[in-house]
Amino acid sequence: MRNLLDTRTLDRDTALRILDVAEDMSDTQSREVKKLPTLRGKTVVNLFFEDSTRTRISFEAAAKRLSADVINFAAKGSSVSKGESLKDTAQTLQAMGADAVVIRHSASGAPRTLATSGWISAGVVNAGDGTHEHPTQALLDAFTIRKRRFAAASRGRDLTGIRVVIVGDVLHSRVARSNVWLLTALGAEVTLVAPPTLVPQNVSQWPVRVLYDLDEALAEGPDAVMMLRIQLERMNAAYFPSEREYSRRWGLDTLRAQTLPRDSIVMHPGPMNRGLEISAEAADSPRSTVLEQVTNGVSVRMAVLYLLLAGENNDERGGVK
Amino acid sequence: MGARSVLQEADISRALTRIAHEILESNRGPENLVLLGIPTRGVALAERLGTLISGISQHPVDIGSLDVTMFRDDLSKHPTRSPRPTEIPAGGIDGKTVVLVDDVLFSGRSIRAALDAIQSIGRPAVVRLAILIDRGHREVPIRPDFVGKNIPSSRQERVNVRLREYDGAEEVTIEA
Repeated sequence: MRNLLDTRTLDRDTALRILDVAEDMSDTQSREVKKLPTLRGKTVVNLFFEDSTRTRISFEAAAKRLSADVINFAAKGSSVSKGESLKDTAQTLQAMGADAVVIRHSASGAPRTLATSGWISAGVVNAGDGTHEHPTQALLDAFTIRKRRFAAASRGRDLTGIRVVIVGDVLHSRVARSNVWLLTALGAEVTLVAPPTLVPQNVSQWPVRVLYDLDEALAEGPDAVMMLRIQLERMNAAYFPSEREYSRRWGLDTLRAQTLPRDSIVMHPGPMNRGLEISAEAADSPRSTVLEQVTNGVSVRMAVLYLLLAGENNDERGGVK
Repeated sequence: MGARSVLQEADISRALTRIAHEILESNRGPENLVLLGIPTRGVALAERLGTLISGISQHPVDIGSLDVTMFRDDLSKHPTRSPRPTEIPAGGIDGKTVVLVDDVLFSGRSIRAALDAIQSIGRPAVVRLAILIDRGHREVPIRPDFVGKNIPSSRQERVNVRLREYDGAEEVTIEA
C-alpha cells in the first residue's frame, strides 16, 4: 500500500488485510507494554488544515505506539495563514524527511493532489477531505461491526449479509461516503435514511437503498445503526425547519433505540450532538459502540501506518502478497 | 537443481519426541512450562511438543503462539509482512519457563525479535529455544537449547520444512 486516499478504490482483499492487521494491533494494546518498536526512525506528519481533535490524536497515538516520530502541523497559526500554498507546505515537509503525511483538508481531493503531484515521496493518508472521504473512519467502523458480531473469530471475515443503516446528513458526510463504499465492498447491505434535502443528488449511482422514514428502516431490525453528526458548521441553508423537528423525525431517541433487536449496535463517529441526532440514553446504552470506535480507531490507524511504512522502502509499499 | 530430502516423517517425529524428553529433563518436570511457537510452522511444532510432553508427564502444558513481525529489525528490507496472531496462555508467562519453538534457526534475527516480543508481554524466569533444524549462519549471538537436527548448508541454499498441518506433507528438504 503506497497511500490510503479513499475506500472507493479499495478492494475487498486489501480492506480485509487492513482489518486483520488491525486485529493484531488491537491485541498488542492489551499488553503490559503497549509500545512496539516497529516504525522506529520513521517520521509521520499530521497535516491538519481543518479542525480536528479526535482524528489527530488518534493518528498521533497510533504513530507513537509504533515508535514513529510525530510532527503535528495545524494550519491555524502556521505559514498557511500567511498564504503558503499546499505545494510549498508539502515540499517543506518533504525537506524535513517525512515518511508519511496524514492530511485533513477542507477541499475534496487535496490528499490525492498531494499523493499524485510528485511534490513528495512520502505516503499519504487521507484523514478527511471536504465532503469526499474519510477512509480510516470507515475502516474503524467496519472493524467495530465485525468485532461486535464475530468477536475472537473476526479475522479473515467480511460483512456479508450484515445490514447497516446510516442516518442523517449524508449530503455533507464524508464518513457516510467512505462507509458506503467500504461496507458494500465487504458484502454488507447499506440503507441510507435522511431528510430529502440531505440526500446527495447522485445517490442513485451508489450501491445503496434510500429511505426517508427512520422508523421504517428500524422496523427491519438492522444489525447496525450509524448516526451521523448534524454538521451545524456546514448548515448554511435551511435543510430542515428546526433542530427540534429533525430530532423528532430522524433522531435516535430512547423509544426508537428500544425497538431494535437485542444485539443491534448503535454507532456514531463523534463528536455527538446529544439530544439532536442521538439521545443521551441511546448514546450511553450498552448497544452503543461510540467509545469502542475510538479505541478501535487507534488500532486501525496503526494498521494503516504499518502497511504504509513497514515494508521495503522502494517497493509498492505493502501491496497484497 | 532439485530438492534433496534430509528428514522424513519418522525422523521428524523421533526428533520431536527426543526434544520433548530433553525439555522435561532440563526443566526437571512439566511444571511452569510454557511453549510458545513462532508463526507459522513453529506454532504447529509447539502444539506437537506440548502434546508429547503432556503425554509423557501426564501433566497439562501451556501452549501459545508469539508473533515477532512487529519486533523485527529487517522490516524495511522485505515486502510488507502480515503479522500473525499472538496467543498467550491465560496463566501468562511471568515467572514461567518459556520455551520458544521454531522450525528453522538461520540468522537468529527472528529469535532476537522474539526476545523483545516476550519482554513486552511479561518476565519469564527462563527462556529456552527449541528448533527443528539448525542450519547455521548466525548473525547474532544466539544459540538453541534443543535441536532436532543440525544441517550444514550454504547461505544460498533453501531449507524447506513441510508439515502436515500446513503443507499436507511431512518432510524437510534442502535445495540450491
